[in-house]
Amino acid sequence: MYLTKEEEKILDGGEGEVPEKMLRLLVRLGEIYGADKMIPVGSVQVAGVSYKSIADPGTEFLEDIAKKGAKVKVLTYLNPAGMDLENWEKLGFPKDFAKNQLRIMNAFKSMGIVTTTTCTPYLAGNLPRFREHIAWSESSAVCFSNSVIGARTNREGGPSALAAAIIGKTPNYGLHIWENRQPNFHIKVDTDLKFSSDFGALGYFVGKQVKDKNPYFTGIKDADTDQLKALGAAMAASGAVALYHVEGLTPEADLVKKDKLETITVGKKELDETYAKLNTGKDPDIVILGCPHASLKEISTLAEKLKGKHLKKPIWICTSRMMKEAADRMGFTDIIEKAGGSIVADTCMVVSPIENMGYKVTGVNSGKAANYLPGFCKQGVVFADIDKLIEVQS
Amino acid sequence: MKGRMISPGKAKGIAIVSKEPIGFYGSFDIKTGKMIEKGHPLEGKNIKDKILVFPCGKGSTVGSYVIYGLKKNNVAPAGIINKETETIVATGVILAGIPCVDKIDIEKIKDGDTIQLDADKGIVEIVKK
Repeated sequence: MYLTKEEEKILDGGEGEVPEKMLRLLVRLGEIYGADKMIPVGSVQVAGVSYKSIADPGTEFLEDIAKKGAKVKVLTYLNPAGMDLENWEKLGFPKDFAKNQLRIMNAFKSMGIVTTTTCTPYLAGNLPRFREHIAWSESSAVCFSNSVIGARTNREGGPSALAAAIIGKTPNYGLHIWENRQPNFHIKVDTDLKFSSDFGALGYFVGKQVKDKNPYFTGIKDADTDQLKALGAAMAASGAVALYHVEGLTPEADLVKKDKLETITVGKKELDETYAKLNTGKDPDIVILGCPHASLKEISTLAEKLKGKHLKKPIWICTSRMMKEAADRMGFTDIIEKAGGSIVADTCMVVSPIENMGYKVTGVNSGKAANYLPGFCKQGVVFADIDKLIEVQS
Repeated sequence: MKGRMISPGKAKGIAIVSKEPIGFYGSFDIKTGKMIEKGHPLEGKNIKDKILVFPCGKGSTVGSYVIYGLKKNNVAPAGIINKETETIVATGVILAGIPCVDKIDIEKIKDGDTIQLDADKGIVEIVKK
């Protein structure tokens, strides 16, 4: 791998211990994956933020390097934390958990990382451009930025993204290179998709089929960014999809080579079977929407549906702090709270300790959440569209 | 034997060999260095100051932080030798500063062998069988 004089100086310890280790990590990963050189990145998004995910070893590591003076060189955002960083007490998050979560936040903040914790950085002030190289780690955000925006990132791990932030570069391999952005499968969608949960079910099914390859979709007539967000998140969770193309909808779809692709057809039958498979529970204790984090439009839709209602059991909608601010100002938060729901910012159901908060069955409209909740949070899952979920809680 | 340097440094110690991959998250008592994964061939053994030999890593990416934690608690292996170091272990040993070499024919190393590891040069030497 080719290294510049400046990079060699960092490896020799010229900028101190932390940059040396961080660049060594990036160079080694680059060599493992066959990178030819390091390339500058426009922004970074770091995973491994929730205390539930990184536990004491991760917390201590972050505190160590923060103490040693680690600083980031590019705009860096964070994945969701394990709790609402402002309303954790009111929402019932455990105190000892909160104490450790706040240690983590302080360590990140002292490195110059923006403590906006969200899986949708592109909706909260970290928006890459078409073909911009970035180093992001949240799998759904990787999928969205590669596919819907046409930016270029691999699926980074927590430490490798942090290293990219501190060095301002990433090794040039994988999805940074055009040849690797070509599709491997043709997914022919032969059914109508209405709800976000339909896109989630489609994504869950396709992710299982194509694993870490790039699917090229035809037959999706229209989809807004919220639906594409749901589709990519589910594929990234059930498989390891980091890039997909949709004929007529995503920016690289017209540019890539589409000949000789193996075709997989997805119809109503496959979608129904996926819904059935993802339903592992009954009678949810709580419904949690906003996986990935809700857009303002999704929050306003929920507010409209809850107007004047009185819920018997809670509905949460998870989002970024930025969207919550706008929802507060627009009165959406008020409507949702009056109906008995909550807007929860900074966190999500997968990385928060909901299994320790008395919940056993969770209702979701997200293919990604339905994929992770049984394992990470020991939850039974009711997977359905938003209208059905509101009905069962009313 | 000559392999590839993953993380620099030199170490000498007794080999502890696993034919199975090792996932670090949830598999070690981070205070003592004892392997606690149920049913794993190394279950109950301590890796402190040993030369830990295994084919490759597996499991959660938090494993990288566990390797770092073992080192910080002074119960980490003195060195690591792999057939193929994947990203979880590579990340962990580099952050922790544990000498590590891969692309080694680990079949040739037996439990209890004394190993001299020069990761800077990628050299693994069995000094006593």
